[in-house]
Amino acid sequence: MSLLKVNDLKVHFPIRGGFFKRVVDYVRATDGISFEIEPGETYGLVGESGCGKTTTGRAVIGLNHVTSGEILFEGKDIAKLRGKEKRLHTRDIQMIFQDPYSSLNSRKRVLDIVAEPLRNFERLSPDEELSRVQALVERVGLNPEAVYRYPHQFSGGQRQRIGIARALTLNPKLIIADEPVSALDVSVQAQVLNFMQDIQKEFNLSYLFISHDLGVVQHLCDRIGIMYRGRLVEEGLAEDIYENPQHIYTKRLISAIPEMDPAKRLEKTHLRQAIDEEYYAGYEQSFDENGRLFDLKKISDSHSVSTP
Amino acid sequence: MGNTVLEIENLRTSFSIGEKYYPAVDDVSLKVHENEVLAIVGESGCGKSALALSIIGLHEQRTTRLEGQVNFKGQNLLKLSRKRLNKIRGKEMGMIFQDPMTALNPLAAIGAQIEEPMKYHLKLSAADMKKRTLELLRRVGIKNENRIYSQYPHELSGGMRQRVVIAIALACDPVLLLADEPTTALDVTIQAQIMDLMKELQAQMKTGIILITHDLGVVAEMADKVAVMYAGQIVELAEVNELFNHPMHPYTRSLLNSIPSNMPNKDKLHVIQGIVPTLQKLERTGCRFAPRIPWIPASEHEENPIIHEVKPNHFVRCTCYKNFHFEEGELGEDDHVLT
Ligand SMILES: Nc1ncnc2c1ncn2[C@@H]1O[C@H](COP(=O)(O)OP(=O)(O)OP(=O)(O)O)[C@@H](O)[C@H]1O
Ligand SMILES: Nc1ncnc2c1ncn2[C@@H]1O[C@H](COP(=O)(O)OP(=O)(O)OP(=O)(O)O)[C@@H](O)[C@H]1O
Ligand SMILES: [Mg+2]
Ligand SMILES: [Mg+2]
Repeated sequence: MSLLKVNDLKVHFPIRGGFFKRVVDYVRATDGISFEIEPGETYGLVGESGCGKTTTGRAVIGLNHVTSGEILFEGKDIAKLRGKEKRLHTRDIQMIFQDPYSSLNSRKRVLDIVAEPLRNFERLSPDEELSRVQALVERVGLNPEAVYRYPHQFSGGQRQRIGIARALTLNPKLIIADEPVSALDVSVQAQVLNFMQDIQKEFNLSYLFISHDLGVVQHLCDRIGIMYRGRLVEEGLAEDIYENPQHIYTKRLISAIPEMDPAKRLEKTHLRQAIDEEYYAGYEQSFDENGRLFDLKKISDSHSVSTP
Repeated sequence: MGNTVLEIENLRTSFSIGEKYYPAVDDVSLKVHENEVLAIVGESGCGKSALALSIIGLHEQRTTRLEGQVNFKGQNLLKLSRKRLNKIRGKEMGMIFQDPMTALNPLAAIGAQIEEPMKYHLKLSAADMKKRTLELLRRVGIKNENRIYSQYPHELSGGMRQRVVIAIALACDPVLLLADEPTTALDVTIQAQIMDLMKELQAQMKTGIILITHDLGVVAEMADKVAVMYAGQIVELAEVNELFNHPMHPYTRSLLNSIPSNMPNKDKLHVIQGIVPTLQKLERTGCRFAPRIPWIPASEHEENPIIHEVKPNHFVRCTCYKNFHFEEGELGEDDHVLT
């Protein structure tokens, strides 16, 4: 059984306007998305800014109201649960938030922030708690004394790592990692990604890894879903996506990965231009008569593409 | 080269932690000219944002001590009153904050927040302000600008918020732009659009730009000069091609060596071993990078490392670069030649 199975998930936000602040339309941020994640697997959700990645992740952990669809976690539909029952069933799902600062309570010390999920579910002596928190903080590359300080006393990248440590305290089964390393320089980024891979092996963790950058997820994801305007346009194993991309939007994302090898740079520029032309020429054909992207269709056991 | 827009001399920014003050920016001197992009790179926590916030005077006064000089248009900004500083901020000087959510007011609509500096600094009619605002939103790559105009920050995606902060910084055509990780949340296509926008501003206003980023691709694309920071100090400063082609300081060389695509097919990504010490624990005598490269003997470091001009306009701190080599068993250096 898959650990997480999302079925035709929709999250629509009302847009209000006019005199009486009536609902005039909806932002279809997530508009009919389905995917599955196995235990120990990393699933990458990739797409441009505003395409609905965060909305999808927040819906899975229960922070967004679900318009329709199912979210099965260990076989149970958590989209319909409320209150205490929901908290119990979602304790094994944690999220690393895209915006590290506003997601950390500025009045609490790092110790209390990181230990908070622990306190809700486990009884530890203060000493046990402290050493567990310090060990985690050190694993994400911060100094153990950092636990006595407040979020505003940290740099952007340091705060992001506090958020990562917090998500790990309860040894969850699924972590929704929303751009977890985008504020970090390459070396620290590597350190954190290596660490995330280590604990994945250790605890058979699953990741829903959200990113706008296909370059970063390359080393990490088993399977990838490419998201565009609230829908998936392609899904497959990492090698399907990188070596045999089918949808023009996927091709465009891949061609946009920066080329560091100067010898290949010119070749890449030409490829990028050719793909851009194809993209603009064929743009209209990606949508049905209602302006909606087509559903995914299987083209092999592991690989599906949105086509008419 | 154009006139100097900003000259920082011996800037030291210290934060009070417990009873004492600890410098996070330590004796930094830098110049930015008209039309110039100065990139600042360095490990997370090395003091880049602290430096930018010191220039624009946005640290909490109660817990921060500033020493040195920040000269902008013939006046030392560190000595100006709040009121005078407010006049400069948002008009002649724009800032793109690293953390968009703290820079935005959660209770005000996006349109009003972009118009705020215009209202204060430009004499425009309400209709013209709105027109300019919608235009700015489009230029930062926001397609449904009419909807966004009346929405609130929490209703935007992460990358959209970052672009709103960029629009606010550019609203009054600044002559100095401080951009702290302006494109981290953005995909490459929009990133390119934002870089073009900064270049346009530059062509129009001769704007000097301080660009803080950890993305070396962005540095290669945008920067004229690069300052590399480590633990609060500048450790290397050079023109961009020179720095990428002939990096000297061990930190700079390690940094360039950790670019993922420089190490094809490796399971593990390269990591500079060790962590940055906290401000309280940081050893302030001797070479600050020495603990990260323990295989280099102490005799290779200077006792009190100073900045040396090793070639015209190429500056390096400490002498340890002369005999630096990567640790045994580590991958050697690829070339980082930029064409
Ligand atoms: N609470 C909300 N109310 C109204 N609209 C919202 C809300 N949250 C998100 N949206 C809209 O939904 C769309 C998708 O936003 P989302 O945050 O999921 O994007 P994203 O893919 O995470 O983008 P980014 O890479 O920029 O973070 C955007 O158009 C956004 O404005
Ligand atoms: N208000 C503060 N009080 C105490 N310490 C602070 C404060 N602000 C920053 N620091 C510390 O000063 C150092 C420099 O922080 P700064 O935010 O300048 O880093 P940065 O180079 O911008 O890093 P990043 O790339 O992660 O954003 C860090 O060690 C940080 O913990
Ligand atoms: Mg997002
Ligand atoms: Mg910073």
